[in-house]
Amino acid sequence: MSDLSELYLAILNGDTKGTLALTKEALAGGADPLDLVTRYMAPAMTEVGRLFECEEYFVPELMRSAQAMKGALELIRPLLTASGAEPAGRVVIGTVKGDRHDIGKNLVASMLEGGGFEVYDIGADVSPEKFVQAVRQHNPDLVCLSTLLTVTMRAVPLTIQALKDAGLRDSVRVLVGGAPVTEQWALDIGADGYGANAAAAVPLARRMVGKA
Amino acid sequence: MTELDQLMAGGPVVTDGAWGTQLYARGLPPGDVPDSWNLTHPDRVEEVGRAYVEAGSQVILTNTLLASRLMLAGYGLAEQTVEINRAGAAISRRAGQGRARVFASMGPSGKMLLAGDVTEDQLLEAFREQARALAEGGADALLIETMSDLGEATLAVRAAAETGLPVVACMVFDSGKGKDRTLMGTTPEDAAQALEAAGASVVGANCGSGVAGYVAVCRRMHSASRRPIWIKANAGLPELVDGVARYRMTAEEFAGYVPALVEAGASFIGGCCGTGPEHVRAIVAALSQGRP
Repeated sequence: MSDLSELYLAILNGDTKGTLALTKEALAGGADPLDLVTRYMAPAMTEVGRLFECEEYFVPELMRSAQAMKGALELIRPLLTASGAEPAGRVVIGTVKGDRHDIGKNLVASMLEGGGFEVYDIGADVSPEKFVQAVRQHNPDLVCLSTLLTVTMRAVPLTIQALKDAGLRDSVRVLVGGAPVTEQWALDIGADGYGANAAAAVPLARRMVGKA
Repeated sequence: MTELDQLMAGGPVVTDGAWGTQLYARGLPPGDVPDSWNLTHPDRVEEVGRAYVEAGSQVILTNTLLASRLMLAGYGLAEQTVEINRAGAAISRRAGQGRARVFASMGPSGKMLLAGDVTEDQLLEAFREQARALAEGGADALLIETMSDLGEATLAVRAAAETGLPVVACMVFDSGKGKDRTLMGTTPEDAAQALEAAGASVVGANCGSGVAGYVAVCRRMHSASRRPIWIKANAGLPELVDGVARYRMTAEEFAGYVPALVEAGASFIGGCCGTGPEHVRAIVAALSQGRP
């Protein structure tokens, strides 16, 4: 079996092919799946997040690493499930009503998947009713609301209100993100948390589900 | 002498300000795509263009930023792509009244090459369709703007250049420590060179994190490329007032950056988010002060 630090580097470098090959090799060699995730893969994504935060990495690097991580997790997850390990948490994510921008939301979704969350992406221009429906269906720990347009930001508090009216607000944590959003605004409208970018979303989500 | 050279012969050219916010102010419902108004409310779109011409714009854009087939598909308007673009160019021509040139706007597709949302061929085809329709509608030049991905931007430049019209290409620099990189991490120098190589006659920057930071971006693009530089910056950063984003920078404050932009090599100057006709008037005034 090759040195597992190569798995860490493959994810850090966004090398999906190498990541998959190393993961398969490690599993075939009898490595513990959970150990692979916690000792090599998750730390690589943490480092990716740090490099993005200090702006040595930009979106392309972030996406390549998240794709590599996602591919490896797809190999490992069935084994984890079989051993009784749960995902970090369940997430429903979407862009709010009236706003069809989905690039930022997709980035956050892939980072959360790379961070070990089970993600239900319900798309863009999602009405408050559809968010309520998705929460009923998937029973998530977190609901992530994305908004890029200033003119449709008001749909964020309306969605939170709809969750309240449906009696679901207390069963989930609501996280908000998007270009015009600030932490203060997110808290003012009754969200539980705010992420400044896709990399920040992962530690925030982990904190919110008590797994930081 | 090309038409662009003639236009620039009198010194820096004044372009226009934002269109979307002007249309929302005229009743466009939040969440509707502004470009659809080219077919449903052409009179109000023309008003925006006229207001800029009255304010002194020598170049006005078109209400077609989001009118590629790929973007319009998200609004159920894909089948009206050609019509919306032709109408957009024709409306701005009417608004220009022969006093302002029409540089037709082409924005991002909303799809990411890197994520595999779309292929290069699909992007090329979508930009070709939009560029042709804008040319048919009477555009004097095509403007690739608000781009975050250099790969997508260069494809758009290639597609636009096939019409034979001059092409202006600009990107958004709002990321990195100095807010001087694109979302994808590209520097002003790399962007200027790649856009020029792809066939752009003018290169530059629009939108972003405010006009102050675009002075340095302008200087860097100017030093990296032989092409004239186009700058259309936001009026600072928005502040949230009662949950709504507002740009607090006044037209005079905005125009205060005009001498620095000219010194940094800008040949085309206008505004993006948070700017209107009053900003254009202030730019005109600032430029006339610098002339004998």
